[in-house]
Amino acid sequence: MTVKQLSSSGQFNILCMPEPEREIDGVYIGDLLSWVMGKAEADNVWITIMSNINVIAVASLSDVSCVLLAEDVTLESDVLNTAKEKGINILSTPLSAYEAALKVSGMI
Amino acid sequence: MSEVLNFHFHVDGDDFTSAGQASIQIKKNLRRLGLDPEIIRRVSIAMYEGEINMVIHAHGGEADVNVYEDFIEIILKDTGPGIENIEKAMQEGFSTAADQIRSLGFGAGMGLPNMRRYTDDMKIESTVGVGTTVTMRVNL
Ligand SMILES: Nc1ncnc2c1ncn2[C@@H]1O[C@H](COP(=O)(O)OP(=O)(O)OP(=O)(O)O)[C@@H](O)[C@H]1O
Ligand SMILES: [Mg+2]
Repeated sequence: MTVKQLSSSGQFNILCMPEPEREIDGVYIGDLLSWVMGKAEADNVWITIMSNINVIAVASLSDVSCVLLAEDVTLESDVLNTAKEKGINILSTPLSAYEAALKVSGMI
Repeated sequence: MSEVLNFHFHVDGDDFTSAGQASIQIKKNLRRLGLDPEIIRRVSIAMYEGEINMVIHAHGGEADVNVYEDFIEIILKDTGPGIENIEKAMQEGFSTAADQIRSLGFGAGMGLPNMRRYTDDMKIESTVGVGTTVTMRVNL
């Protein structure tokens, strides 16, 4: 499944999607950035409630296919702009991380 | 070992918004060289952890990446406070990061362990009050 397909499921809001064709292969949930860098795998959907600028760098370096902000977490506009520039897909959802992971898992 | 390609970066201390710029730039450069994506991922994550450590713990520093024919070397050099007990610092979960840093998602004490995990060789030289130099190597 691609990020575009995930985003068109109606479950998730698109905050930005500069790389819609990125493939999704698994999920990683975490808010501690070094844990994410140590454990998330390339092409994972990264579900988090962190929203500061460093999230964009971590997403980029970890090669995750998409950041999914749980619990209706929002992004400052400068963070969003950086995400667009760096080619990082960002979706959001009112669901909890657990519920969001179940939804993604049911679709891959 | 013929040509060596060097990339040098000054890493600004105390600037969180631009922290990671050097690592992201390195990722681009290595992509342009056509290296294997998993190698690039390991190099850039290890470098980012080191870069962030210099920003959080050492007021910034200098980063060098040397690309040799069969390995990549990352050297991160700072003149920060130094690491008192390197063995302890290398343990998963050990961190002296302040609360404000933790609220950003850092300070899990996983940076140095990640740097070791993602590289084939890692050396820390540190003197309290003088600074820290971390040298990492990823084989190609
Ligand atoms: N360049 C450095 N200068 C001084 N101290 C350092 C440096 N790098 C690491 N340290 C010390 O080693 C500890 C462990 O570093 P490590 O990167 O593993 O964890 P952290 O930076 O605290 O948290 P995380 O990396 O998970 O965000 C730090 O908390 C700090 O005390
Ligand atoms: Mg660290």
